[in-house]
Amino acid sequence: MSTETAQREDARGTQTLTFGKAINAGLRRALSDDPKVLVMGEDVGRLGGVFRITDGLQAEFGPERVLDSPLAESGIVGTAVGLAYRGFRPVIEIQFDGFVYPAFDQIVSQVAKLRYRTRGRLKMPLTIRIPFGGGIGSPEHHSESPEAYFAHTAGLRVVSPSNPQDAFTMIRQAIASDDPVVYFEPKRRYHEKAEVDLGADLSAMPLGAARVASPGTDVTLIAYGPLVKTALDAAQAAADEDVSVEVIDLRSLSPIDFGPVEASVRKTGRAVITHEAGQFAGLGAEIAASITERCFYHLEHAPVRVTGFDIPYPPSKLEHHHLPDLDRILDGVDRAMDRPNSLTGLVEGGA
Amino acid sequence: MSRNVLSDPATEAADPIQLVAPDGSRHHHPDLDAVLTDVNDDALAELYTDMVVARRIDTEATALQRQGELALWPPLLGQEAAQIGSARALRPDDFVFSSYRENGVAYCRGVDLDDLLTVWRGNASSGWDPFAINMATPQIIIGAQTLHAVGYAMGVKFDGGDQASIAYFGDGAVTQGDVNEALAFAASYQAPVVFFCQNNHWAISEPVSLQTRVPIAQRASGFGIPALRIDGNDVLAALAATRIALERARAGDGPTFIEAVTYRMGPHTTADDPTRYRDRAELDAWAEKDPLIRVERFLATRGMAVDGFREAAEHRADDVAEALRQGLIAKTDPDVEDVFGEVYAEEHPWLARQQEHYRRYLASLDDSGDRTPPTGEGDR
Repeated sequence: MSTETAQREDARGTQTLTFGKAINAGLRRALSDDPKVLVMGEDVGRLGGVFRITDGLQAEFGPERVLDSPLAESGIVGTAVGLAYRGFRPVIEIQFDGFVYPAFDQIVSQVAKLRYRTRGRLKMPLTIRIPFGGGIGSPEHHSESPEAYFAHTAGLRVVSPSNPQDAFTMIRQAIASDDPVVYFEPKRRYHEKAEVDLGADLSAMPLGAARVASPGTDVTLIAYGPLVKTALDAAQAAADEDVSVEVIDLRSLSPIDFGPVEASVRKTGRAVITHEAGQFAGLGAEIAASITERCFYHLEHAPVRVTGFDIPYPPSKLEHHHLPDLDRILDGVDRAMDRPNSLTGLVEGGA
Repeated sequence: MSRNVLSDPATEAADPIQLVAPDGSRHHHPDLDAVLTDVNDDALAELYTDMVVARRIDTEATALQRQGELALWPPLLGQEAAQIGSARALRPDDFVFSSYRENGVAYCRGVDLDDLLTVWRGNASSGWDPFAINMATPQIIIGAQTLHAVGYAMGVKFDGGDQASIAYFGDGAVTQGDVNEALAFAASYQAPVVFFCQNNHWAISEPVSLQTRVPIAQRASGFGIPALRIDGNDVLAALAATRIALERARAGDGPTFIEAVTYRMGPHTTADDPTRYRDRAELDAWAEKDPLIRVERFLATRGMAVDGFREAAEHRADDVAEALRQGLIAKTDPDVEDVFGEVYAEEHPWLARQQEHYRRYLASLDDSGDRTPPTGEGDR
């Protein structure tokens, strides 16, 4: 082992890392800690992945622990299932969100169900990393938000970190989990930097826990993944108008930790939910319904959703219309607050 | 217009390799014979007994379905030689990934008879502990298990084991993307895996000709995988071919593809009616090639007392069938806790809440199952 490697592996202090490097550090730590951990996917080896998230890992751990896979997503996930039978913990990279669908059958029919099918005799400790979401000006199939499909599938856990610290901690927790975890990486945040405590205690905050990202008293703004930063910016802008927004970063999308959500909505009486994915039957629908069921007598306004449209992902020159941004979120906040907003005066029938 | 630059796909295959002909005569093949030198009269008798038992399990399970004790059953009738021959080539520590029809293979792996029918009664989604007999439980998604077999074999290679895995699938599966991806991955990683395709000629109502224009075994060469095409109703050919494939796997020579040409004598499942799509004459022709009868004829050519063997085998089969039936009938229905159990390894508050709500709902029912909601205000 080189001195440099030894230093890296011993690193337990705080470093300034990009989101992408934080995931890389988490993968490196998992590969060092457990010989059964494998990384597999298209271009993850020599190239280090198209986003360089696995940069340097094959050089350090070898081609039998960091595998370049043939271009077949079902094949990648299906062979990972077989590796799990053999006692391995595969960490799969799906190159882009829109490329996961060929693997959908193996994920839904096998990965998600094998534990239940075998009455717990077979563990399925896979981690499926999916760079997701828009905002990077890519062609079709490179900017999607397919999380609801997976959140709807019993047997899977679905998470999405919003910042480098969570990216580092949550990838390690996902790999350590005996349940299959779909780990959605907000690819447009890959280059954002923050302090990351590489010695962070994994048990301090469980993988499934939501957190209050910014406290407030007037309205609860619920976000995850790429829109947490947008939501925090919106909260700051709202503060300038004397509206106090409490931002909740869900972190886990299945299951959702409703404790902090309920506590916040009971306090504020108002909720706005935002995600890039389309609205119909999306996570926002489940969150709005659950808030209504659980906090009905505390609500001052119906839950408001600020989401992508129910369209195929648009060409990149149009994506700024589709993606919720700071102003659209503030408009949603105004609706929840019964302040003048874009829908003021609109009389709607059934549609 | 003919273009000489184009090669024609070979649509005709030579006859599959056969060691025992339907009339019981022994054909010789140097490579296959070389791995059968230990197969003496006793071993032949054991293979024969296994086939008789597999057929009896099948008959019994079909009867149990007709009597309402099973919801469904997928018969293996006609495929006993392919299943017993291949399964008896395996070591206990090799790992099997099969479809739902390999009940003869499961029997050879030593499955607890009480566990064999659980799935088909509807008591559980799988019957046995995969690690107790090194065999995954039946895969219903067509071809999905072939990728699992390849992944397992990749793992064997990575961790330095000397085991192999075997994937069982049918002719209907060979069009599935997963099977083609499995072949590609196996070749790329030179995984120690055996692809054992039972070409039983029918995928429910669809003939094998709808799946492929060339003999299935020829597909393997396009992936760079050596293949054997054998008479799947010949237990010695199945045993020898699988032994050769396993030898290659253990020697680090990578995957092998075996096409066992056989025939599904029964329906796809007990819910199927094959008279709607195939001719009686075809069935009759295959009955002439019955895998059990030809072993009996072969044993007779070796001067063995066939009647005695048959009687002993059937006695054993009767015992197995009785144990199967008694074990099934004694089974209690699963508990309501099993509805929610083992979906996740770790804590899941959402599901725990749903389970608690359902528990309260059940508690609100009286002994006759009528709702007896608590009196008083609404739900809050």
